[in-house]
Amino acid sequence: MDFKKQLKEGLVSQNPVTVQLLGMCSTMAITTSLFNGIGMGLSVLVILTLSNIFISALRKVIPDKIRIACFIVVIATFVTVVDLCLQAYLPDLAENLGVFIPLIVVNCIILGRAESFCYKNGVAASAVDGVCQGLGYTWVLIVMCVVRELLGKGTFGGGILGGGEGVTIFPSHFAAMGVALPVGGFLVLACVIAAMQYFLNKPKKAAEEKEEVAK
Amino acid sequence: MIAELITVALGAILINNFIFSQFLGICPFMGVSKSTDTATGMGLAVTFVMGLASAVCWPINHFILEPNKLVFMQTIVFILVIASLVQFIEMFLQKAMPALYTALGVYLPLITTNCAVLGVVLQNTQNSYGFITSVVYGVTGGLGFLLAIYLFASVREKMEYSECPKSFEGFPIALVAAGLLALCFMGFSGLKLPIG
Repeated sequence: MDFKKQLKEGLVSQNPVTVQLLGMCSTMAITTSLFNGIGMGLSVLVILTLSNIFISALRKVIPDKIRIACFIVVIATFVTVVDLCLQAYLPDLAENLGVFIPLIVVNCIILGRAESFCYKNGVAASAVDGVCQGLGYTWVLIVMCVVRELLGKGTFGGGILGGGEGVTIFPSHFAAMGVALPVGGFLVLACVIAAMQYFLNKPKKAAEEKEEVAK
Repeated sequence: MIAELITVALGAILINNFIFSQFLGICPFMGVSKSTDTATGMGLAVTFVMGLASAVCWPINHFILEPNKLVFMQTIVFILVIASLVQFIEMFLQKAMPALYTALGVYLPLITTNCAVLGVVLQNTQNSYGFITSVVYGVTGGLGFLLAIYLFASVREKMEYSECPKSFEGFPIALVAAGLLALCFMGFSGLKLPIG
């Protein structure tokens, strides 16, 4: 088990959102304030880790033919647990995220990891994988939230800081409303993925140029 | 009654379009929109499943879950219903309409994990719609998905031939195009509806 490699894959080179392009519905829908982003990211992290542990523990028992249905039942159970906990302890967050909490069941990140990683690897490795992939998802959400909130409303940390309204960076009438609307979700995610592609291709390009010079 | 249905239908197709304003079902929307033919097939299949899922889940919720105070089991029950529904449709199509079955291919089982299907069912219960309204909302939500994916696939076919910055190639530029379509759909929010 290689913790560093898994962490790097989760955060950068195999990031669930920007590289594997999974789980985009929630990434675009709920990233309107920092509180939402952190809440959603941590919920997914918890569900992903727990379902990873259970699925990899049960991988020798689950018949091959109905494995997808079994995965979904395990995932749905944990989603229900988290959903009820949020409704009980963080009702504001539960209201903000709305239908997207139960929809974590069909979030492709969790099903994708179950199918491609947990079904083939041990419990410990799967748990680490869940945490790493969850962190990868969370940081993208936080970046999207910060950008969209700052440009769209001129605030920072909505939902947590400054009594729920967030700290005002510049007056809201200078803000570009569009960024906080659905359009902004698409455009900001496009820019984040493009930036990611740029930085991931940079070392490759440099290596290629070096090779050409050597020739 | 009719006015309510028209409001729900127009709302689902144009104003609260599942893709462009609610962000439900983005994965198939991005994955299956490379050509208009497959996009249409996927859109029709999703419409069908969404309508059927709404019709099946309403009585389950109303007659089984609610009287027995099992509403907290909603998510698990609904996803199982949808998964088995998709499985049945797959087997039925394989026997009855093999041509359509091969055309849809791998996209058919993928409908299970389309969040628009689970989303529409959950919204039906949240808004406590009646049976007919639920079915209308399911079908028209699917039609909105069909409209969105068809428009987007047409745009994307043309985009193949145009140049764009290297880092934006592939997925990001498709997202930008989807964002512009979402901007167009925002115009529909000015529509005046009979109710609401």
